[in-house]
Amino acid sequence: MAISTLIGASIKRREDPELITGTGGFVDDLPQTGLVHMYVVRSTEPHARILGIDTARARQADGVLAVFTGKELASEFQSPLPVTVSFVPEKKYPPHYPIATDRVRYVGEPVAIVLAQSRAAAEDAAERLDIRYESLPPVVDMEKAIAPGAPVLHDELGSNLAYDVKRAGGDIEAAFRDADVRISQRIRQQRLIPVAVEPRGVVADYKPFANALTVWSSTQIPHFVKVWLAVILGIPESQVRVVAPDVGGGFGSKIRVYPEEVLAALASRKLGRRVKWIEDRSENMKATHHGRAQIWDVEVAARKDGTVLGVRATQYLDLGAYCSQFGTFQAIALLLIQGPYKLQAWDGRGIGVYTNKTPTDAYRGAGRPEATYIIERVMDLVAQATGVDPAAVRRKNFIRQEEQPFTSLMGLTYDSGDYSTTLDKALEMVSYQQLRKEQAEKRKQGKHVGIGLSTYLEICGLGPSVATTAAAGIGFWGMAVLNLHFTGKATLVIGSSPHGQGHETPFAQIVAETLGLPLEDIDVVHGDTAIGPMGMDTYGSRSASVDGTAVYLSAVKVREKARKIAAHLLEAAEEDVVYENGKAYVKGSPTKAVTIQEITGAAFQPHRLPAGMEGGLDETTFFNPPNFVWPFGAHIAVVEIDDETGRVQIQRYVAVDDCGTRLNPLIVDGQIHGGIAQGIGQALFEDGVYGEDGQLKTGTLVDYLIPTASDLPMFETESLVTPSPTNPLGVKGIGEAGTIASTAAVMNAVADALSPFGVKDIDMPASPQKLWHLMHKNGGSKR
Amino acid sequence: MRHRVAMTINGTQYEHEVEPRTLLVYYIREQAGLTGTHIGCDTSSCGACTVEMDGHSVKSCTVFAVQADGAQITTIEGLAVGSQLHPLQQAFWDEHGLQCGYCTPGMIMAAKQLLERNPKPTEQEIRLGIEGNLCRCTGYQNIVKAIETAARTMAAQAGKEVKAPAAVS
Amino acid sequence: MIPASFDYIAVKTVPEAVAELAKHGDESKLLAGGHSLIPLMKLRLSTPSFVVDIGRVKDLNYIRRTDGHIAFGALTTHHDIEFSDLVKEQLPLLASAASQIGDPQVRNRGTMGGAAAHADPSGDYPTCLLTLDAEFDVVGPNGRRVIKASDFFVGTFTSALQPDEVLTEIRVPAPPAGTRGTYLKFSRRSQDWAIVAVAAQATVKDRKFQEIRIGLTSMGGTPLRASAVEAALRGKSADADTIRKAAEKAAEGTDPPQDLNGSPDYRRHLATVLTRRALEQLTAGR
Repeated sequence: MAISTLIGASIKRREDPELITGTGGFVDDLPQTGLVHMYVVRSTEPHARILGIDTARARQADGVLAVFTGKELASEFQSPLPVTVSFVPEKKYPPHYPIATDRVRYVGEPVAIVLAQSRAAAEDAAERLDIRYESLPPVVDMEKAIAPGAPVLHDELGSNLAYDVKRAGGDIEAAFRDADVRISQRIRQQRLIPVAVEPRGVVADYKPFANALTVWSSTQIPHFVKVWLAVILGIPESQVRVVAPDVGGGFGSKIRVYPEEVLAALASRKLGRRVKWIEDRSENMKATHHGRAQIWDVEVAARKDGTVLGVRATQYLDLGAYCSQFGTFQAIALLLIQGPYKLQAWDGRGIGVYTNKTPTDAYRGAGRPEATYIIERVMDLVAQATGVDPAAVRRKNFIRQEEQPFTSLMGLTYDSGDYSTTLDKALEMVSYQQLRKEQAEKRKQGKHVGIGLSTYLEICGLGPSVATTAAAGIGFWGMAVLNLHFTGKATLVIGSSPHGQGHETPFAQIVAETLGLPLEDIDVVHGDTAIGPMGMDTYGSRSASVDGTAVYLSAVKVREKARKIAAHLLEAAEEDVVYENGKAYVKGSPTKAVTIQEITGAAFQPHRLPAGMEGGLDETTFFNPPNFVWPFGAHIAVVEIDDETGRVQIQRYVAVDDCGTRLNPLIVDGQIHGGIAQGIGQALFEDGVYGEDGQLKTGTLVDYLIPTASDLPMFETESLVTPSPTNPLGVKGIGEAGTIASTAAVMNAVADALSPFGVKDIDMPASPQKLWHLMHKNGGSKR
Repeated sequence: MRHRVAMTINGTQYEHEVEPRTLLVYYIREQAGLTGTHIGCDTSSCGACTVEMDGHSVKSCTVFAVQADGAQITTIEGLAVGSQLHPLQQAFWDEHGLQCGYCTPGMIMAAKQLLERNPKPTEQEIRLGIEGNLCRCTGYQNIVKAIETAARTMAAQAGKEVKAPAAVS
Repeated sequence: MIPASFDYIAVKTVPEAVAELAKHGDESKLLAGGHSLIPLMKLRLSTPSFVVDIGRVKDLNYIRRTDGHIAFGALTTHHDIEFSDLVKEQLPLLASAASQIGDPQVRNRGTMGGAAAHADPSGDYPTCLLTLDAEFDVVGPNGRRVIKASDFFVGTFTSALQPDEVLTEIRVPAPPAGTRGTYLKFSRRSQDWAIVAVAAQATVKDRKFQEIRIGLTSMGGTPLRASAVEAALRGKSADADTIRKAAEKAAEGTDPPQDLNGSPDYRRHLATVLTRRALEQLTAGR
């Protein structure tokens, strides 16, 4: 590539002016007329048979247009909700329909819908439904769920076991045979609730005489929603349009085709009216999927010098009541445990379990934070057991630069990177040796300081079409259409569907840089399936490396065609024409140039084009990357724990990330900040807790604690750049890295602080009461 | 029973019949048609619905419209003067103080109150001043920076306004 | 979520409010700032048929010095108390507590009368008012009566207020000059309810506790006084050792709840730690 001026520039986001003035358009903000409001009546029972639903009183309530039970709607669905392969083709799963008919399996499962003239009227009427349940025993605990004699959620499966699979590489027996040190540890990944600040929402408008459906949805995946609404409701795909307007955060929670999207569309079809559903927060807490929810049993074989030889682990994954669309995606952790380290062997077992809880699916990182958490905890457990410093343990085990591209035990090919570089930088930033001395001093004074390292390696950029077929059942790619207008302005349609990331700005930067167009002349369009071909939408830190590359390649194609037209206009040979900064000229005669605007004008006048050339300047690219991209980095947390209250205070948080070329560092840093905060949320605050009765105990934002401004420190961020060889821009991904790294960094610091108490591992979140109990279970004495 | 309420929102008088249970946030969004004020929870936790009512920031999901009868309300739409952004809006843009933007209107309204009461807040005072507003995207880092930046801009502007008459006379 | 339908009655005077409450009995609820009631109504955990709004009653929003007391109109907001010079000087405990309730927006709307009447055992004001021996002016169909704080907080979310009574004023005895006070609140995040909080007010003279008041939040079904600590300190030397020993008694006679954020054991422990820290703070430099 030419030397960049725009790619890599911290340009403020073009998305912002509307959002900071309150003139943005989230689903609930869109001007709509003639709306009917839908209220979804949800199961209050975790596990029960529906004996009957009496809707008579509700139907008679003021302002009510219709009430439908699941039974009344069942015949309308031509397919259940989609379930993808997600790394576990072996799994057994039941068909999952958008609404329950005769049995409910989690609190929050839809059982009926009420349609009324106002939202208030719909809520009032919902209270008048008489639903009779016959309670069944709830299955809450994963291990009890797969024990003999447990009540079974899905009779047709015979048990609550969705799968029990092995994912292994190398000689694990040899690794344990050769080990000096063997460690066993149970490590939990608590259930998390994503809490995008905008809850979900849908407006559906079905036009009966055209058999055409338009849906506005707060989704990460408008293109997939379009396909599946067509399939489930039996409407030709060409007649379905899905729009993702401004979307208020997703973090994976808006990555699937949801029951309410189908129900609103169906209600619109039944009533011939435009139907709106907006999710309440307390509804969101149980109706939108959860994440993580895993137990890991880990065994480690290591040498006394800190070399980790092998890891054997079982991941129990709580799928909740149904297998969600990407419900087993978190099993990707079984392929990634190795991280940036040279293990001799990995022996993984994955067990998926159905329980009477909200289904789980992708949440920021989806399997990668878990894999990182396990291997990073392993590194610290080995350090603790061998007495080797945690930084030294990591160095000893790192894959070296000269071993790249490295093939992992699971057959994945890492793209590039010297993993010691980010660690060195982070250690330097915290003055590591000095810090360890201070820690020792403070320990003498009775203060509990902990230092936690997390040297992560991430896989992202979904992705190579063949490989993603194993992940999602279909091959992925990047897509961009660049269309130059008569006056030289440009419209860029992208296949990604941002929901806060800010794709418009860096993608415009790529085009501006490549074509020499002014930034403001490039309009970026996304999230509307009526415009442009199928896109693959946004998740898994894929957009910059895959769709961003498609943007770049489209711009290159436009540039090359422009050069051909310029050669014709300049009456020169094509190979003599230079294109730079939006102008084309014959080599050596820069003053006699034609501008891109002049070229575009010519492109729409066939008589000014070379013979045989098609008119117009628009190019579409489908980019199928040859590999994933593999960002990496080192994060260090320094914490102090108040031994009287158990409260953790994060004193410093240092992050050094290498995500390849940074298209717009302002945006990259923002992604890192937010990611770190979410990972800290898991480490210290968040916990989706169910009672033994199957009721969600943390069902509001009063009980489910997401971090506030006063709970977080300033993060110190630095970056290194190892361009990815996978794409011409050298871009990796950064949307999830912060979350992938930070949970382990903080928990390693907490465990380090408490190591004088004989503590090896702490279940997250590290709440004050939990730490206090750990510190004082021996009457406050340190071992 | 419906009640007639009248209030001034961003300098414009609005008057409607409402059910007493109508929350101020719904009145602002649905009757006045100002949809910049958002709803992010139902427990007064998230602050997305923050507006200014008679000079005080309030969570408009926890006020009935009938309680605001006769009030002066300012929402996010009332901050910019023509195309001139309020210093807080400008700073949120300049410092990348938002990502998805859903919490942003409420966050800016809370920050406005904070700076009115404390024009030169420390980092910790800023963090406590926005403790009633949840953001899931930014980790708050650039929000804190934006508020610091806005405080400087506003102090400089106030300085100019104070000095200006002296310079003229 | 939208509250269930109700009739709204805005009153201009306290007698009007009393008359409306008397008329509608249990079906009515009094609305002040609304920050206890409206969240419950939105979740439809409270569904009154009539809401009587006293928010526009004049002369219920004041902080003033009366003979020997600081008097608060029931509609005084947390914010006004947090920033009142009179309160900061005379009753720093209350200013400290007010500054830690909810968040700034909540403090702008929530009222002292509303918070007291709500009688939440994890609320901040009830503990402070109990600790300070406040008295409550209450107006009902039979006129005015005064309830002492020790009689006011009857049970969990239950005060001595009758359904047809309106709380109009809260009076707190003005302490002697040089009295210090503080409210130490321990919660997961600053906007959260207290896991445990300690209200403390001390008058120290000649390095002795002349007067000492300690109260506990979220240590039982009602706000509590740490009487054993008070007894162990009253008239005693304000030294570190005495304080530490006395603070150990903070959880005596309490029955703390169990919830996600704290076991009874943990709460008992926190009570002793926070009590000691509060006392250390109040005696620092004395």
